[in-house]
Amino acid sequence: MAGLHIKAINKSYGSAHVLSDINLAIDDREFLVLVGPSGCGKSTLLRMIAGLDAPTSGDIFIGNRLVNALAPAERKIAMVFQSYALYPHMDVRKNMTFGLKFTGVEPAEREKRVAEAARMLRLEELLQRYPRDLSGGQRQRVAIGRAIVREPDVFLFDEPLSNLDAALRVSTRVEIARLHRLLGATMVYVTHDQIEAMTLADRIVVMNKGRIEQVGKPLELYYTPAKLFVAGFIGSPAMNFFPAEVERVDGANARATGATIAPVTLPAGSLTPGSKLTIGVRPEHLAAGATGAFSTTGVVELVERLGEASYAHVRRADDKLMVVETRGRDTPALGQTVTFSAPAEDIHVFDEAGHRL
Amino acid sequence: MFKQRAQILGVHAILIAYCALAIGPILLVVMNSFKARKAIFGAPLAPPNTDTFSLVGYAKVFSASHVGTYFMNSLIVTLVSMGLVLLFGAMAAWALTEYRFRGSTALALFLSIGIMVPIRLGSVAIVTMMRKAGLNDTLTALILVYIAQGLPLSIFILSEFVQQIPKDLRDAARCDGVPETRIFFEVIAPLLRPAIATVAVFTIVPIWNDLWFPLILTSSDSTHTITLGVQQFLGQYITDWNSVLAALSMAILPVVAIYVIFSRQLISGLTAGAVK
Repeated sequence: MAGLHIKAINKSYGSAHVLSDINLAIDDREFLVLVGPSGCGKSTLLRMIAGLDAPTSGDIFIGNRLVNALAPAERKIAMVFQSYALYPHMDVRKNMTFGLKFTGVEPAEREKRVAEAARMLRLEELLQRYPRDLSGGQRQRVAIGRAIVREPDVFLFDEPLSNLDAALRVSTRVEIARLHRLLGATMVYVTHDQIEAMTLADRIVVMNKGRIEQVGKPLELYYTPAKLFVAGFIGSPAMNFFPAEVERVDGANARATGATIAPVTLPAGSLTPGSKLTIGVRPEHLAAGATGAFSTTGVVELVERLGEASYAHVRRADDKLMVVETRGRDTPALGQTVTFSAPAEDIHVFDEAGHRL
Repeated sequence: MFKQRAQILGVHAILIAYCALAIGPILLVVMNSFKARKAIFGAPLAPPNTDTFSLVGYAKVFSASHVGTYFMNSLIVTLVSMGLVLLFGAMAAWALTEYRFRGSTALALFLSIGIMVPIRLGSVAIVTMMRKAGLNDTLTALILVYIAQGLPLSIFILSEFVQQIPKDLRDAARCDGVPETRIFFEVIAPLLRPAIATVAVFTIVPIWNDLWFPLILTSSDSTHTITLGVQQFLGQYITDWNSVLAALSMAILPVVAIYVIFSRQLISGLTAGAVK
């Protein structure tokens, strides 16, 4: 097992920059999730770690070895693909052992590893079957098994759950978490699904447009997003944003106003009168009533009832929609004008450049 | 309803007419090969009956001349050419789609010119070349020419199929530590089987039927192919129709056999289950 160091990685295709100055240290046995919207460069970064793509500049270390010039197999990594990428003309056992032939693993040892992986993933019954006879979940387990038998230093997952249906996704997610604990392996996992990211990760890397926006533990990202982008990306439904402007600064306090919010008092910090701000509040932190430090008013336009919670879509003064989560049986009535508020600790303030204040 | 039925009938009428047109001459050759000489001329369109049935053509073909050798030559030339066209074609298709190297586009373009320019245009040059290389009157000369003739189209068709193979499979194999040559032979080639069968059929038929290159490149009985060998029954003054028809009937068989073998492989769906 080994950690991973990524130093000043850049990748460009002609004039298009896919990755800009990526620096990342991944600890031994850590489960790191790369998350971001499609096209943000997260898969490209994973493929570079795997050795399937070469960076334009920068270094990648696995353990203490510089692996820039090494082929994928020499890097001691194993990758699980979104499409499973099982060899269609080989049965499950052959799929798992095929690669081992070329890396000098003795036949007896191969059998031992396959038996072990099959037991771990409950594939014993399926070893003679061909990929075409397996369900999506079984295929994904075989793909994971093929990675396990290689006994790699680092496991790489490229959106492994995207092709599975909702129920299977949840159970396979749990399976992967269990495997991580069982194997004690370093894992790098790419996904665009923030629930996978939140539930699996020791640390999450949020990427956007080829850059790292923030690296942190799941709850850090949730409670103290460093950037506007991270605030909007982590959390579902997404955070509501309200434009505001600093009206005046009195000692330690600043007073901000906006078209859609009641005047709110913020810690002054570096604020000066006239600073443009964005105030973010999560749907689950808004509640009916005007008692909190922050409050906003709108007309309830639509209510989605999920059972344990309901999402009210509320038309604000600036004609945009915001979402408010309510718990329990009482849901806001349609067409009603309601004031919602949130306590001071649940409001996030960002400057004009989108940085957290 | 009526219009639809008329349409179907129309389509079938055209197809049946086409089949009759295509199969008719072949049927005529096979039918007449089993008839006595007199019956061939007396009633060429009649099937053989007890009076006219005769195996004299086949008897002559087997006893006289080098028909066995001709057959063997045709088989060797066709199968070896086909094998090498498929091997090199698949390898080139893989290399040209998979690897970007200096001049790869130019090379692909150069190879595709072969589809448009008929190889017969180079006949004179080919004959001189083979002579200088000391290969005239050998089967090797024929095989080399047929490989050159078959490669462009096979690369073109196989490239299309190679592009359809999911890139993840190749990446997975690389992560697994499979060497590049083994990736081609053990992962890619098995998935190309339906395509290879198609190309095989496209390749062998013109080679087996070719008269031109055996005519200009071979001069002795030991190197003639069956299509050229049959010509010796066709004289300027007398033509031994029994033998000609018998030899031609037999010459059809191997091509049909090979077609039947490969047409089973044409059933695709082999990639089912590779990726979702």
